[in-house]
Amino acid sequence: MAKANKIPRVPVREQDPTERAKNFEEVSHGYSPEEAYLEATRCLNCSNPRCVAACPVHIQIPQFIYHLTEKDEMGAYAIISQDNSLPSVCGRVCPQEKQCEGSCILGIKGQPVACGSLERYVGDWAIRHQSELPKPQITKNGKKVALVGSGPASLACATDLAKFGYKVKVFEALHQLGGVLVYGIPEFRLPKEGVVEKEVQWVKGLGVEFENDVVVGRTFTIDDLLDKMGYDAVFIGSGAGLPKFMGIEGENLNGVFSANEYLTRANLMHAYDCEYDTPIYLGKKVVVVGGGNVAMDAVRTAKRLGAEAIIVYRRSEAELPARAEEVHHAKQEGIIFKMLTNPIKVLGDENGAVKGIECVEMELGEPDASGRRRPVVKPDSNFVIDCDVVIMALGTSPNPLIKQTTKGLEVNKHGCVVADEDGATTRPGVFAGGDTVTGAATVILAMGAGRKAAKAIHEYLSHES
Amino acid sequence: MFEVVTKRELAPNIVEMKVKAPLVAASAKPGQFIIVRTDRYGERIPLTICDYDTNDGTVTIVTQSIGISTRKINSLEAGEYFDDFAGPLGNPSDLLELPEEELKNHKVLFIAGGVGTAPVYPQVKWLKEHGVDPDVIIGARTKDLFTYVSEMQEVGNVYLCTDDGSEGFHGNVTMLMKDLIDNQGKKYDRCVIIGPMIMMKFAAMTAKQYGIPSVVSLNALMVDGTGMCGACRVTVGGETKFTCVDGPEFDGALVDFDEAMRRQNMYKNNPKTNPETHKCECHG
Repeated sequence: MAKANKIPRVPVREQDPTERAKNFEEVSHGYSPEEAYLEATRCLNCSNPRCVAACPVHIQIPQFIYHLTEKDEMGAYAIISQDNSLPSVCGRVCPQEKQCEGSCILGIKGQPVACGSLERYVGDWAIRHQSELPKPQITKNGKKVALVGSGPASLACATDLAKFGYKVKVFEALHQLGGVLVYGIPEFRLPKEGVVEKEVQWVKGLGVEFENDVVVGRTFTIDDLLDKMGYDAVFIGSGAGLPKFMGIEGENLNGVFSANEYLTRANLMHAYDCEYDTPIYLGKKVVVVGGGNVAMDAVRTAKRLGAEAIIVYRRSEAELPARAEEVHHAKQEGIIFKMLTNPIKVLGDENGAVKGIECVEMELGEPDASGRRRPVVKPDSNFVIDCDVVIMALGTSPNPLIKQTTKGLEVNKHGCVVADEDGATTRPGVFAGGDTVTGAATVILAMGAGRKAAKAIHEYLSHES
Repeated sequence: MFEVVTKRELAPNIVEMKVKAPLVAASAKPGQFIIVRTDRYGERIPLTICDYDTNDGTVTIVTQSIGISTRKINSLEAGEYFDDFAGPLGNPSDLLELPEEELKNHKVLFIAGGVGTAPVYPQVKWLKEHGVDPDVIIGARTKDLFTYVSEMQEVGNVYLCTDDGSEGFHGNVTMLMKDLIDNQGKKYDRCVIIGPMIMMKFAAMTAKQYGIPSVVSLNALMVDGTGMCGACRVTVGGETKFTCVDGPEFDGALVDFDEAMRRQNMYKNNPKTNPETHKCECHG
């Protein structure tokens, strides 16, 4: 191990919580060069780095951080880009406390190295210096691969396939590229123009083609791509877009939304900006049901639109699946957390508009299959929270359209595409990865799956001819 | 970018456009819809496909100017472009699933009202091409509001009605439907009803009274149109369905129309959707 380190973790500058709770600008300002160089000196450069093992795409973290101690951003970027094509995105949205930073040796007795903020710093530097970045040498091999969806799984897969020499085309149903990065994750966590568009631009620079407004399964099918349109393989990265509801009374009242709808209106359609035509239902008091990142995104969006905003979650705070940072930021912004609370009915007024949500109190019992303690209802604990908007953030499942329209493609009982570890599905030549295989998970896991599939597609097509 | 190839006004505020969208035209089927977005600030608006031509790669849409977004759509001129034109979306009409033999003897009554007339057209045309000669009721408040009458007359037996008696049968579509069955000896195996929600509700009720299965095509609010948002939730036979991926056509006897109408008006008082009150303040 290298030198002992006494410098405290360099804090990341953020917008003031009361101020940012009224705007959609990014919460975190990120590191300045001086801050990044200083934080980089904290890395012990372990000979057996646990952070690398904990990273789903195994970025050589100590190596890139070492380059930062030398003030060599280009060198740091070269290391990261071997494994991750979207560092500005991942530096912002990865659950670092469960991955790299969660396994950092320094974290045992103190604060781990801020791997996420450093990755973001390098990614943002690369965006500002995009024209100077070395382009990989690509030799075209004459084969064509089609990708379904333009979210993180496809972007990662497309990047690697392009580098292998394939002619790559990505088909996207919506009018913007990026999938969940544009419709799901809010601007205040992940700027669209400054970050997502720029990282997509980089992928385009590798020769990857994109076409919007194509709904694969309707505009044409995967069978068409393979049989009629001359593609040698297809990657399905269509995510998990179908929202779940609770199935309780009153869920179709006016003012009840899926988090997907609420966030899509705000993020993709810019409904919070009056220059854009899409409306959003403004509430005075908004209850968001759920405890994941999507629930945090929805509740913080509601707060920014001027509402009193409440999270209702059936387990306790320790079980909240959201990133620790999102929960922390939400609390700073004045979000109210009602834990161990489960809705049983949405209440409406005479016009069919939401006027409240009836809940029961819960307590934690024995651990369930997920290892978390199972919440059980406290008898006679019913109570009503008055509100005019209810947002259901209960998770999503894959869209059934692809399955319904593709011959020989198996899905499991949750509607997820069945694929092996490398992404090969039950249909030869068709690969899949990301949420469409795993159900809703994280950006970085989707990217990891996209990269594995790219390798598997390359092997499949290399052996084929 | 998708070019408006031709544009014509069918009735006051009702505009027909042929839009160049070869991929959509190549895969479109009767009963499906598309989503348009006029420009980067525009809403995603679902519109039923009114015709499609695989030869010239065009898709026909008919839009009634009601709010900001529909006015924006209808303000595009021939030679101008939609930013987005995605589809086809939703399921094709059930009629397409019927075995040829059954289809030949299938007596279908189409009931069209208002701006719902044009969306009926591709289904009637498809039946005509498959040797079936369906009856079509077209209803309007007054004769100036009729659309697609001559087009429809080429492919089906058209019966017109107006609320004010200015042309055709004096009365609404359900009254004419009853007249055809009670007084003109007509028998039907199926009704396909497309038009304003309130018309679909009563026409479906009437069909049920006669024991005729009915199909309605719902025009729910949508954002993505691909199953992602659930804005288009509708209760059918006590179950929640998504109009975009489970529909847009449903069994008329099972749809909860009151809920559907309430949900359709969800943004009625939202300042953004009303052209009179929508004024941008945050950008000066």
